[in-house]
This record gives sequence, C-alpha cells and structure tokens, in this order.
Amino acid sequence: MSSLTADPTFGLFISIGTYALAKELYRRVRHPLLNPVTVTIAAIIVFILTLDIKYDDYMEGGQYLHYLLGPSVVALALPIYERRERILKMARPIIISILTGSLVSILSATFIAYLLGGTREVILSLAPKSVTTPIALGVSEKIGGLPPLTATIVVLTGCIGGAVGPEFCRLIGVKNIFAVGIAVGTSSHGIGTARMMDEDITGAAYSGLSIGLAGMITAYIMPLMMPVIALFI
Amino acid sequence: MLSGSAIILLSLLAGNFLSAHFSLPIPGNIIGMTLLLFALIFGVVKVRTIKPVCDFLLQNMALFFVPVGVGMVAHFDLIGREFLPITVSMIASTFLVMGATGLIAQRMLKGKGSEDELADR
Repeated sequence: MSSLTADPTFGLFISIGTYALAKELYRRVRHPLLNPVTVTIAAIIVFILTLDIKYDDYMEGGQYLHYLLGPSVVALALPIYERRERILKMARPIIISILTGSLVSILSATFIAYLLGGTREVILSLAPKSVTTPIALGVSEKIGGLPPLTATIVVLTGCIGGAVGPEFCRLIGVKNIFAVGIAVGTSSHGIGTARMMDEDITGAAYSGLSIGLAGMITAYIMPLMMPVIALFI
Repeated sequence: MLSGSAIILLSLLAGNFLSAHFSLPIPGNIIGMTLLLFALIFGVVKVRTIKPVCDFLLQNMALFFVPVGVGMVAHFDLIGREFLPITVSMIASTFLVMGATGLIAQRMLKGKGSEDELADR
C-alpha cells in the first residue's frame, strides 16, 4: 500500500481529483457551507485517516501544489495594478478602512485567544487569520506561529465570511456595495470574495482588491504590532 | 506563458532572497509581489507577458491551499486542547473586522458610492 501512496502522483491525484468533484458539487448545490476548499480538505482528511495513510506520504505529491502558493501571492500584483486608477481615486477610504480592519483583526484575534487561555503559539497562529492563506502562512512562520494551524484557521475564517458575510453587513446597516465588498474581502479573503461573486460583481471586485491590500498591509504592519502583542503573551 | 512564469519566479526568488538575506520581518512572497507591482508601474514588465500565468495561478489559488489545510491532521490534538480560544477568537474577530471595516468604508464613501457604482456597471 505504502509503495502506492508514497508515489507523488497519489497526493496530486487525490488533491486535484477531490477538488474537481467538490467544485462540481458546489456548482450544482451553491450552498455557502459546501465551499469547495473546505469540502476537499475535510474529504481528504477523512480519507487518509480511514485508510491510515501517512500525511508525509500525501505530501509527497501535495508539496507541488503547496509550492504554487508563493507564486500566487506574487501574481496578486496584477489585479492590483489593473485597478490602480480607481484605487488611487478612492485611496483614502479604501486604505483607512482596510488598515483599521487589519489592526482590529490582529489585536482582537490575539487578545480574545489570550483571555481564553490560549498558549503563545496558538495566539501567534491566530494573528494573521483574516488574510489570504499564502500571506498568512508567511506571516505566521515569521512571527513564530504554527503555519498548518494558521492555514486551518484562515480557511475556517473564510468560510464564516463566505456563509454569512453579506447578511451580517446588511444586519449592521452596511449597505453601500463597495463597503460590503471591502468588509468581506478584508475579513474573509478569497472565500468571502467567491461568495461576493454570487451577490454583486462590483462588490466582488472590491472584495478581491481588499484581499491583496489587506494581505500586504497585514504583512507590513505585523512587525510593528509584535511589541503590542508581546505585552500580553 | 513561459516568459511570464520566469518573471513571476524571478520576483519570488528576489523577494525570498531579500527577506532571508536581510532577516526582514516580511514574507518573501509579499516582497516579490511588491517588486512585480513596481515593475508593472515603471513599465519594466508588460501586462500581456504575465497575464496568462497570473490568471492560471489566481483562478486555481484555492486548490493550492488544500495540502496545507490537510496538514491540520498533524495538529488535531492541539486544536482539541485549545478548542475554545481558537474557535471563539476566530468567530468573534471575524465579525469585529467585518463590522469595523464595513462601517468605516461606508462612512468615508458617503455620497461617493452611488455615482461610482453607476459608472461601474
């Protein structure tokens, strides 16, 4: 069995095959809780635990997909560049709201976890939770969190915004579609943005823009926030 | 696609190198993205060169975080042990961020939103 599962082809096939099925399922059912990434991760975990396959074996192939996260972050430069004129025109509201959101995210996530007795590595793993996975992983690693735990938290955070983000915005009186897009993108990155695509294309564009900006802002302000977090951990 | 891939990889390589060599607190991928953004702004890199590979990467980005998500199996005991701080912090903080960002953006965009929105459609 191990000679089969340790073949890099196995991890690649399981990942891409399951994801293709999960996307098809989402396309048919369109339920936010059936987010393709969440479903794929859950299905693969159940699969490898049931058949007692080692995570290291799975990663023989998984590592090739994992590697592509780095280049994907670099690629975010293009959508930001393409929207540069509009970003510059509305620079102040966009930057101030995303900057505030990023600060609230870092401080509230770490402080709440601290109040509930979280350990240092858990608190630090939560710090970059609202930004897109590859950026969150890089930040988590830099500040001493556990990247795999951060990845889990980031995906689940995205699912919250994807499931009820637009509803929550309406509930608290945020009705301007730009504001909804910025709020959903800043709090729940790509998974929230995918949900905005179903809501409103203009809102989705702003949500997408916020992924890159919130990620960049979080990565650059995290070193400045570390002394603040260090006060309570 | 090939020259575009080379440009993306070169940006990432430079970003990783700068991050590691100068022990910067910023991930190499973010530095790489910033370098590529400036290369586009200054016209060193053309949009059409990198567009195919960027579209491929961004459209499939969700798939790329499956392996690291599956990696949570190695941390099930930790998640179980600190279930409360992890879940409460994650849920509460997500709504706080969404509320703060949305309310501030809406306030600052007042009057601006509606006309831009029409222009956008």
